[in-house]
Amino acid sequence: MTHAVSFQNVTRHFGKTRAVDDVTIDIAQGEFFAMLGPSGSGKTTCLRLIAGFEQPTSGTISIFGEDATGLPPYKRNVNTVFQDYALFPHMTVGENVAYGLMIKGVARADREASAKQALDMVKLSGFDQRRPAQLSGGQRQRVALARALVNEPKVLLLDEPLGALDLKLREQMQEELKHLQRQLGITFVFVTHDQGEALSMADRVAIFNEGKIVQAGPPSEIYERPRSRFVADFVGSSNVMSPEFSKSHGGPEAWVSLRPEKINILTGDQKVVSNQFNAEGRITAIHYQGAMTRVVIDAKGTRLSATLPATSKALAEGQTVRFIWAKDAIVEMEKA
Amino acid sequence: MRSEAGWGLKLGAAAGLMFLHLPLLLIFLYAFTTEEKSFQFPPPGLTTKWFATAWFDRPDIWGPLYLSIKVAAIATLLALIFGTLAAAALSRAKFYGKDSLSLLFILPIALPGIITGIALRSAFDIMNLPFSTWTIILGHATFCIVVVYNNVLARFRRINSNMVEASMDLGADGFQTFRFVVLPQIASALLAGGMLAFALSFDEVIVTTFTAGQQSTLPIWMLQELIRPRQRPVTNVVAIIVIAVTFIPILCAYYLTREGEHTGGGGR
Repeated sequence: MTHAVSFQNVTRHFGKTRAVDDVTIDIAQGEFFAMLGPSGSGKTTCLRLIAGFEQPTSGTISIFGEDATGLPPYKRNVNTVFQDYALFPHMTVGENVAYGLMIKGVARADREASAKQALDMVKLSGFDQRRPAQLSGGQRQRVALARALVNEPKVLLLDEPLGALDLKLREQMQEELKHLQRQLGITFVFVTHDQGEALSMADRVAIFNEGKIVQAGPPSEIYERPRSRFVADFVGSSNVMSPEFSKSHGGPEAWVSLRPEKINILTGDQKVVSNQFNAEGRITAIHYQGAMTRVVIDAKGTRLSATLPATSKALAEGQTVRFIWAKDAIVEMEKA
Repeated sequence: MRSEAGWGLKLGAAAGLMFLHLPLLLIFLYAFTTEEKSFQFPPPGLTTKWFATAWFDRPDIWGPLYLSIKVAAIATLLALIFGTLAAAALSRAKFYGKDSLSLLFILPIALPGIITGIALRSAFDIMNLPFSTWTIILGHATFCIVVVYNNVLARFRRINSNMVEASMDLGADGFQTFRFVVLPQIASALLAGGMLAFALSFDEVIVTTFTAGQQSTLPIWMLQELIRPRQRPVTNVVAIIVIAVTFIPILCAYYLTREGEHTGGGGR
């Protein structure tokens, strides 16, 4: 099967900065693909390279098997949902949605019908006569989505589409986007700096740092088996242990990562079991977080954080405790 | 509690207004006087015959009037094209020296007309350009471009640059994007800038004096009329026409840009 989007050694320079640095990745058809990274990591430039707003300095990009390098945005069968929606303020919602079809020369009655259908799909039936200025942020976002989807793109690009929404609305839209993607079967390429969003929505996540993809894989793999300290730190929070610390506590002589929720604290009568590692440390801080309590432990200079169910144990700052983790909970990383 | 301005201040304001507008009223008044050699006050009698005289018996008005309209129209057209292009370029680009370049665009309107006039005259001389209608148009275009540029630039700043990309993304090429997305949003700014430019060009004297050959535009014709008196009230009749032609567009431009700010602000 041909890939929906394929990057072959793509590099994009802006002056001396390498915004995108030798990226090679294939995005499968019908995949919900998230590009995750801090700002300036090159994820948005990658999206713009797919849309055609940027051209690669070197390398090739193909969309559904066809070389798209050098093709202007209006000759690509991909559509974008912009971060600030970029609706046309002088047009009604209906005209906004029908814009792509109007440009294609679809007859007025047909494109109005298609626009209505697209607005139904994003639950904005009856809004076609309004102006974008009369809509709320969440509604504008839906219009932007309808305006892109009405063209039946082969790939839908979403540039931080939920960034401007408040938390509750964002969670609702996450669910709806995912549902929409399953229903339509269109390839979604989604840019975000919110790791929770990427993990919960995507089939596959690519982690960007300094213009390179540092790791790509399904969300569970990214979370469970981070390959580098950067990924371990950026996706969720993690305890990174030095090779010395790891070795002295029975682990491999390598940089390892240990998720805070994998650490448990022993109370008086509990014993260490054979498949567990253990260490001793002093509690330096306890943060109550509702459902969980985060405990910071200082183990002879190595600072570790553990999340425990809130009410499980009576702990105090300054207390010395023995803590344990399962042997298979530690993840060996390729580099610090 | 409403604070009242003192009597002195009110009197000062009234005097200021009178100083500004009384001469204008006198122009109107003397268009109707029966005395044709000198402007004596009060006028010995009132008549409307000068309007008829201006219309029927003074063919020398038509040449300058036609020239003024032609010059203003072409200068405005040039300004619309080049002012919009300059505004589009400068609103999008980011480069070293952008602010200085922007200042260079605005400078012609800040410079005294006499400087612009002398500079253009010597430039045309050096280029061996004979003075003609076209040299007047070029002279006027220098300050007309500024007016359009300023208006359109202000509007471009309010247009979200992503909108152009969104349009391209939806399949529109550069021309279609300009036609359907950019133009409708800058249209009122273009109209306002164009009318302002037309009004400025229509009553311009100084630059015209330096760049015209033997022809007279309407303002220059009026100046000559005042020097050699003959049917003096006819000049006032023409002055009323000039007021109408320049004042109405400026008023329209004012209301257009004001309204544009409201809708533009709501659209974001």
